[in-house]
Amino acid sequence: MQLLSSSIGRKILMAVTGQVMILFALVHLIGNTTIFGWLHGGINAYAEHLHALPPLVWAFRLFMLAAVSIHIWFGIQLTLENSGGRPKQYAVKSTQKVTFASENMIWSGLLILAFIVYHLLHFTMKLIPGTALVTDAEGTVNVLTMVVSSFQNVFVCAIYAGAMVALFLHLTHGIQSSSQTIGCSNDRTLPVIVRAGTLVALAFLVGYITIPLSIFAGFLKG
Amino acid sequence: MSDHKTMTLTLIVWRQKGPSDPGKFETYAAKNITEHHSFLEMLDCVNEDMILEGKEPIVFDHDCREGICGMCSQVVNGLPHGGQDRTTVCQLHMRKFKDGDTIYIEPWRARAFPIIKDLVVDRAALDTIIQAGGYTSCHTGGVPDANSILIPKPIAEEATDAAECIGCGACVAGCPNGAAMLFTGAKVSQLAILPQGKAEAAARVTAMTTAMTECGFGNCTNHYECQASCPKGINVKFIARMNREFLKAQFA
Amino acid sequence: MILDGKCPTGPIEKSWDKHCFDLKLVNPSNKRKYNIIMVGTGLAGGAAAASLGELGYNVQAFCYQDSPRRAHSIAAQGGINAAKNYPSDGDSILRLMYDTIKGGDFRAREADVWRLSQVSNNIIDQCVAQGVPFARDYAGYLDNRSFGGAQVSRTFYSRGLTGQQLLLGAYSALSRQIKAGTVQMYTRREMLDLVVVDGVARGITVRNLITGEIESHAADAVCLATGGYVNVFYLSTNAKGCSVTANWKAAKKGAFFANPCYTQIHPTCIPQAGEYQSKLTLMSESLRNDGRIWVPKKKEDIGKLPAQIAEADRDYYLERKYPSYGNLAPRDIASRSAKEACDAGLGVGPGGRGVYLDFADSIKRLSEDTIRERYGNLFEMYEKITDENGYKRPMRIYPAPHYCMGGLWVDYNLMSNIPGLFVLGEANFSVHGANRLGASALMQGLSDGYFVIPYTIGGYLVTVKPGAVKADHAEFKKSVEDVNASTKKLLSIKGKRTVTEFHRELGKVMWNDVGMARSKESLTDAIKKIPKIREEFWNNVKVGGTGAELNQQLENAGRVADFLEFGELLARDALHREESCGGHFRVEHQLPDGEAMRNDADFSYVGAWEFKGNDKEPELHKEPLKFETIHLAVRSYK
Repeated sequence: MQLLSSSIGRKILMAVTGQVMILFALVHLIGNTTIFGWLHGGINAYAEHLHALPPLVWAFRLFMLAAVSIHIWFGIQLTLENSGGRPKQYAVKSTQKVTFASENMIWSGLLILAFIVYHLLHFTMKLIPGTALVTDAEGTVNVLTMVVSSFQNVFVCAIYAGAMVALFLHLTHGIQSSSQTIGCSNDRTLPVIVRAGTLVALAFLVGYITIPLSIFAGFLKG
Repeated sequence: MSDHKTMTLTLIVWRQKGPSDPGKFETYAAKNITEHHSFLEMLDCVNEDMILEGKEPIVFDHDCREGICGMCSQVVNGLPHGGQDRTTVCQLHMRKFKDGDTIYIEPWRARAFPIIKDLVVDRAALDTIIQAGGYTSCHTGGVPDANSILIPKPIAEEATDAAECIGCGACVAGCPNGAAMLFTGAKVSQLAILPQGKAEAAARVTAMTTAMTECGFGNCTNHYECQASCPKGINVKFIARMNREFLKAQFA
Repeated sequence: MILDGKCPTGPIEKSWDKHCFDLKLVNPSNKRKYNIIMVGTGLAGGAAAASLGELGYNVQAFCYQDSPRRAHSIAAQGGINAAKNYPSDGDSILRLMYDTIKGGDFRAREADVWRLSQVSNNIIDQCVAQGVPFARDYAGYLDNRSFGGAQVSRTFYSRGLTGQQLLLGAYSALSRQIKAGTVQMYTRREMLDLVVVDGVARGITVRNLITGEIESHAADAVCLATGGYVNVFYLSTNAKGCSVTANWKAAKKGAFFANPCYTQIHPTCIPQAGEYQSKLTLMSESLRNDGRIWVPKKKEDIGKLPAQIAEADRDYYLERKYPSYGNLAPRDIASRSAKEACDAGLGVGPGGRGVYLDFADSIKRLSEDTIRERYGNLFEMYEKITDENGYKRPMRIYPAPHYCMGGLWVDYNLMSNIPGLFVLGEANFSVHGANRLGASALMQGLSDGYFVIPYTIGGYLVTVKPGAVKADHAEFKKSVEDVNASTKKLLSIKGKRTVTEFHRELGKVMWNDVGMARSKESLTDAIKKIPKIREEFWNNVKVGGTGAELNQQLENAGRVADFLEFGELLARDALHREESCGGHFRVEHQLPDGEAMRNDADFSYVGAWEFKGNDKEPELHKEPLKFETIHLAVRSYK
């Protein structure tokens, strides 16, 4: 199976899984903004709708787990293979196109991984000590209270903000790189995709970071 | 034009006696160099002095000295061929340097290009990639008239853009991963664009990319350093095209 | 000895087809029993190795570069001729033959030239099938341009990269055979001797340039496709590694060297910038399609910027002297005219060694974009080297040695006088006569490689038993000993001058005395000077390092040592040929207007020289030339 074994095949899998994750991040971001109250019932209602069909939730979670695992597995594998691609570095380090983001994909990626684990423990499994868990009569946790109280802590805010910067870096390179890898670019479109990718990455950064920051700054209250 | 000013430069050159020698940098002075010297003519002058002094001259690959054979292969100040746009190191001229400059000269460094001696590396891996499928399987004789298959100008031009590759390996040397995607992509694309090469396109891309990995080249992470390093300015769109051809081949 | 080219007889139009039919064939199942050595893998050697391998022979191919893709054929820019007559402008096989014979100043064999012209069409088909991206129009048809020495548009091209694209086509075919196992490729090997056993070529001795090991390779036939020798002039457009070594070693083993004095000086090179420079860069003469060549009329205008020289004060000397061909006059005429202008003190640029090639009129007529589209890479190349913009000010050009029409003597089957030794491409003497037309070198290389040798070599192989001589034969051992002795000698001299110094000194003699304009006096002088340089070389050259490693000094020393012997032969041939023809111009033999004056009565023959030793004069053998289809005429491009 060329897709699993070859250089380009594995990269295509990384690109596709990366794009799946970008789509997820987009939907997730839109869902999160319900905290600003545009959906009737706010983020609590959103959380409720989301978990209305448990089999679907678990199917989706498994799908995402697969995508994330493939992305990480091949990401690490390809990076390890590449680490010896140039056995000795040049005496003068001089590059023409390499960027900080493109050079550090593995590190931004691993940071994001660490964050995802933390985030799942934090808001999905609710296992991080100190998280305010207020339940209603049926035992459902009040999401709004949980989120707002969490982001009033400067350390939690910093963790989330830092992770979003890592995501931004990862995406500035990742979006254009994935379109190149699946062959969806040429000399005319590539510069456009590079710019568009940076804009999307920026939109994610701003969108995601607004929530903890506006809570920390006191604009958004539980 | 006929400027008689001369320059003196400090060269810090990688010297390595053989594949198993660890190698080290040595410092030399290049004297009486004019702006009209090409980079390799400058090295010729340094070597002449060294021969007369009884030292071992710097060994480097070169041949046509007009930027087309792809033999010359030096990393100058960290950039393959010295980093001048669309220029091989044999066509790089000393007018790009200033009197008193220090210049680092190193061989191509990549896992797939073992060093033979000083600045000379073994690039047989590039031939191996072409041997895997960089051709159309036509026989000598017994082919149709040249005008029997029409190829409109834009398509012929696109193929020529890819076909300009001189196989020097600068793309590999410039790539932090030591990948040969631009080299391979250029040949895969040239033949995939032309009707004559389409019949074997799927088998070709699979065979050539497999050979690429087997030869020890790294994987592409889309830094595009290869295009910047390429003395012919081969565009990374040909990597994208190869990726497309690869995907198509999976479903062929 | 009177040599016989073994050309087919009868009507020329049927000659090649008839010959192919007359040749005996090797049984397909027997082909794999035959080993063929191919030295050199440029257009001729690469195409031949690929085609022979495909036919089923066992081929061992050798090149001194690290890959067969780097041979100097790659540097040909302009194009390749073929008698396709796609533009319907009156071209035909016969006309291509006529132009080639006439361009060669009636010093080539008719039958060979007919064959070349006939297979020229197959070459284009072959290359297109290989995926060579020739220039095409919007409808998809192949495009043509015109070239010097022809009044039809028959040159196929791929930007300014035709040689590269054709070579890569041959290289791809060769790669396919290497993969298939029919061709075994030996890179970074230099042939240092031909092994002849009982008068028959049986193999070669090569040096592995990386390890220094001397290797013996035996075969049933040896083909040399080792290119040209104009690096004997030191200044040349050839690659640095081009040498006469393989040919000269064969000559020393008895192969006749034909017409060494026919050398071509290319008119459109970038002038030399300093003495350290030996490699001159050639720009395709296709530039002459749209560029106008001129020098100032008045000496006082020499130092001025070209734009400051009034139209009336410019001498467009080619247009003036050759109104019907103008700037497209053949190479030898264009080169000599440039030298004459510079000798008259009208040259421009450093040292007064240059003439202008001006595109201002064409840019006005066609736009800068059109010129850029046609020659963009040449303008880029010019600017890289000179730091001047050819669109804004005229380019400076000067002639430089570029190609040799002479080479080892071969018969119609491309076999030398040594049975089993075949010579292909520029390395042989066969089709260009005394002068080669533009875009004909690529044609000859590929013709020999794809369409001639695969047929003719079979005719020889059926006569020999495969594998009759192995590499452990005494002659191979002797050859290895000779090569080792020569290496040892070079390394033991430990003199005071570098190899390059000797090469430069030889080059000066060759360029000044045996260059574009030769005289009895200058040639006699050269024949006196060259042995002296040679003698000093063998007593005072400094070659460091050892023979058991990658040693570029040693490689160069071997090549220059051969040039020092061969240069003398070139001068002797030029001295003996008391006429002017094509690339050979003797000042004593010119028409009142300075045109070359041929002497058909006494010199209508191929002069093939047999080496007799460095201290003895070589012996001349003649092959008379007959012109039955194209009638002898004074070549006129007026």
